[in-house]
Amino acid sequence: MQAAYIARRFGVFLLIVWLAATLNFFLPKISGQDPVRTKLLQQAALGGAVQSGMEEMVKEYNTRFGLDRPLLAQYGSYLYDTAHLDFNYSIANYPRTVRELIIEALPWTVGLLATTTLLSFTIGTLLGALLAWPRSPRWLRTLMPPLWALHAIPFFLFGLILIYLFAFQVQWLPMFGGYSPGAVQGFTWRFVSDVAMHSILPALSIILVSVGGWALAMRGMMVTTMGEDYVVFAEAEGLRATTVFLRYCVRNAILPQTTALALALGQILSGAVLVEVIFGFPGIGALLFQAIQENDQFLIQGIVFTVIVALGLATLVLDIVYPWLDPRISYRKLS
Amino acid sequence: MSRAVLEVRDLRVSYAHPLGVVRAVDGVSFSLAPNERFGLAGESGSGKSTMALAILRMIHPPGHIDGGRVFLDGVELSALDREAMRRLRLAGIALVPQGSMNSLNPVMRIGQQIADALADHGEALSRPVLDARIADLLPTVGLRPDVASMYPHELSGGMKQRACIAIAICLRPRVIIADEPTSALDVVVQRQVMATLARVQRDLGAAVILVGHDMGLMAQFVDRLGIMYAGRLVEVAPIGAIVTAPRHPYTRALVASLPSLEHRGRLQGIPGLAPLLRDLPRGCAFHPRCPIAGERCRQETPALRSLGTDGTVACHAAEATP
Repeated sequence: MQAAYIARRFGVFLLIVWLAATLNFFLPKISGQDPVRTKLLQQAALGGAVQSGMEEMVKEYNTRFGLDRPLLAQYGSYLYDTAHLDFNYSIANYPRTVRELIIEALPWTVGLLATTTLLSFTIGTLLGALLAWPRSPRWLRTLMPPLWALHAIPFFLFGLILIYLFAFQVQWLPMFGGYSPGAVQGFTWRFVSDVAMHSILPALSIILVSVGGWALAMRGMMVTTMGEDYVVFAEAEGLRATTVFLRYCVRNAILPQTTALALALGQILSGAVLVEVIFGFPGIGALLFQAIQENDQFLIQGIVFTVIVALGLATLVLDIVYPWLDPRISYRKLS
Repeated sequence: MSRAVLEVRDLRVSYAHPLGVVRAVDGVSFSLAPNERFGLAGESGSGKSTMALAILRMIHPPGHIDGGRVFLDGVELSALDREAMRRLRLAGIALVPQGSMNSLNPVMRIGQQIADALADHGEALSRPVLDARIADLLPTVGLRPDVASMYPHELSGGMKQRACIAIAICLRPRVIIADEPTSALDVVVQRQVMATLARVQRDLGAAVILVGHDMGLMAQFVDRLGIMYAGRLVEVAPIGAIVTAPRHPYTRALVASLPSLEHRGRLQGIPGLAPLLRDLPRGCAFHPRCPIAGERCRQETPALRSLGTDGTVACHAAEATP
């Protein structure tokens, strides 16, 4: 039964990825832009070169990228390549491939965003649960107004404020980039601590802004849960306060939070554009920003596809894990 | 009265409300003999369920226990600290909850919920001993032992209520408070669950407080019945006396409103509505709806008094002999 359920969920996942990949292919085509010509014109303008031979060059590049073939043939080989995670060359960074660029940027984004998302989820959820609990210390409640205020600020704006305070005014932390210029990359203590220093401000801007949201949602769920009959009965059973809090209140109130967490984890690749651009962080978001600026069609397609796969994977994992978290959701098929 | 298992003296509970203080329980006293089945009946909002929670000291803000003392086997509960009171719940006084549909934790197996109750009352048992104990417990409330491995949503309403009773009796309490235990069940299941409750009560030798509004159910189950109106006990008497010779006009109206097999005709209701607890009428709270109210009833709140028989009644107009 479970294997069939998982297989069915996986089928849905593949269907979503295929649909998204198809849209991803056709949307840029109907936009009517010619990426190769645009790029060459840009370079010609920069170099002040004469435009003789331009048509031949466009033709040559179109042949190389396979852009001169019929649309369906292009679609076929696009699907084939995509299935093999081959997203062609980056137009703007030729001869580098899109895959290389994404693989290079991926660890930065996953490292920063996965860490901060999990951290803010944990802190925020715990905080929200404690805020709703009548026996938690009173001083906790004073934390709430500032966190809610922070939650209302867009995090790129908050990031700019942090840069101004800590990188510009007191200069404790670096202002820009994922690592110091000229640093030798590798798993050395020197490089890792350099990266950590560079990550503090972007991480802080994401965590401080999103903790309030998690806390707010969890507090609301906790208040609802604490009014449930089973919590009243748990107290009448003379259970310890910690048992009632953790196993009866938090355990039930956290269910919608996990759904939100899975979606948030799926969105980390796309949600980070502004933070990465502001902090010059060499991740997927910054890469996407650059690709859009340079109309690098293949790079955009590659990144968007990666984002979709990440989202699909997150929902897939959630679907598989959820019946284990909430036994009321079962693997059985509704008849 | 020292032989009483449970004694409640002048218990008062109020809720803070923006429009004024709501006196949900206003000076209620009664006591429970060992093995006795005592009923508390009244309309919605008469303070029955609040009483049940107040005895367990589970009134939370905006509610507040204003006064009164509760004794279990001579031990005064209001003198206990929070931890001692927690240990006394379930072990001394157990609640069978209202709304059985939702009284069990939806994400935990039944066996685990029983294990939680045992563990938090200092019964840290090894896995096989625990499983054996749960397997012994479930059949006493008419459930198969394998229910232990099921989740609440896999059980019917009646089975859920049986599971709640199983938890309630797992530490052999002295007193069981059953707060409308069958209000969510159909009559057939209701009868079975009540029979189960009666059986475990006999086996345990526990006293039971049955809270509810179903006079028919009360008549079948309890030995003695207290009638509550607007947060006060207005009559307490053996169930036979209440049904055959009610003294208080409110009790009379309640009994008269029961449908009868012998006499056909329109059902009799009680005119008017229950009063707002934050804005009670002066004097006897029932006087606006009372057919025999006099001038004294509008001025002076009647106290519970004995009428020479087994019962007590809080009415100026009730005569000494029926």
